Amino acid sequence: MLNKIYDWVDERLDITPLWRDIADHEVPEHVNPAHHFSAFVYCFGGLTFFVVVIQILSGMFLTMYYVPDIIHAHESVYYLQNEVTHGMIVRGMHHWGASLVIVMMFLHTLRVFFTGSYKKPRELNWVVGVLLFFVILGLGFTGYLLPWDMKAYYATVVGLEIAEAAPFVGEFARILLAGGDVIGAQTLARFFAIHVFFLPGALLGLLGAHFFMIRKQGISGPL
Amino acid sequence: MSEKKHRVSRRQFLTYTLTGVGGFMAAGMLAPMVRMALDPALEVGEEGDFVSVGLSEDEVSEEPQRVDFTREIEDGWYESEQNQSAWVVRIDGEILALSPICTHLGCTVDWGTNDDHPEEFFCPCHFGRFERDGTNVAGTPPTRPLDEYEVDVRDGMIYLGDINQRG
Repeated sequence: MLNKIYDWVDERLDITPLWRDIADHEVPEHVNPAHHFSAFVYCFGGLTFFVVVIQILSGMFLTMYYVPDIIHAHESVYYLQNEVTHGMIVRGMHHWGASLVIVMMFLHTLRVFFTGSYKKPRELNWVVGVLLFFVILGLGFTGYLLPWDMKAYYATVVGLEIAEAAPFVGEFARILLAGGDVIGAQTLARFFAIHVFFLPGALLGLLGAHFFMIRKQGISGPL
Repeated sequence: MSEKKHRVSRRQFLTYTLTGVGGFMAAGMLAPMVRMALDPALEVGEEGDFVSVGLSEDEVSEEPQRVDFTREIEDGWYESEQNQSAWVVRIDGEILALSPICTHLGCTVDWGTNDDHPEEFFCPCHFGRFERDGTNVAGTPPTRPLDEYEVDVRDGMIYLGDINQRG
């Protein structure tokens, strides 16, 4: 049945070469944990992506209940955490996943660094990776404010003070991020927009570039 | 299935097991999210409270009277008070509280506002009409009677509860 549907589509659109390009490639021996167990360090990039997928999915479902408004933000989080069936699990996935992305991304960076995989001709992919690092830190920072509790509020107070400490553009950066002089209604709306539209958009674009380059250039050779 | 003919190649075996394990993981990941999204549709509705409408049992006559009252609405994390009205009427000794919402398309009906039919509920939107007991008049747009509030009499005062459909 599935095969017939696939053949029907393939006959018309010739999709086999497309997914072959994406999915069907040799895994070199030195990155295959079945050959050398220590090669599991090559899994960290894929694991980072896996957790990012969980973050995107759980985040999409959380926005069904969350409202980015200073009156109702905390109550809506409380409601989805305590009243909605499995809301606690989904928010838990997003909460713990957020830390796990950073951990996995850090391990992936260490592996790339210690295997020297950033060297010519892969410098550009390292640059994109560093941009991804900043985008994910930004997602963590903006997402931290959204529950609108004391921890969220004061973490953002501190975060914006750090931004203000930047020379010359500091005050401008703080007001731009906070959406005004007060950390309040406009800050929350702004952080929500950045967290669910701007940064995920940038993240997907950069991930596309990251994956395109690794497929084009291949995994770096053994040590 | 004969064991001789059905040989599973190494590639097939790996495809099946990887698809199975992958599908299991994806399902485990998506199940709580989907259940969370479906929650409002699966939640069992709670019984609403009865609200006093400030009308005593003796005041109810065969002439429908409009009563306005407020009810607390719980909408997820948002609680508010909603203004509601009912037409209270006595039919064969029983007290009936009718919802003023037309069962055609949800406009608000009024009692006796149509000069040609002074003893009926009338909806101005599409000229729907209802009898004194809320029964829809045949040949007008509504297809079922006006909805009915649950009525409770406590110490001689009228209390109204949830709205239920009739007929």
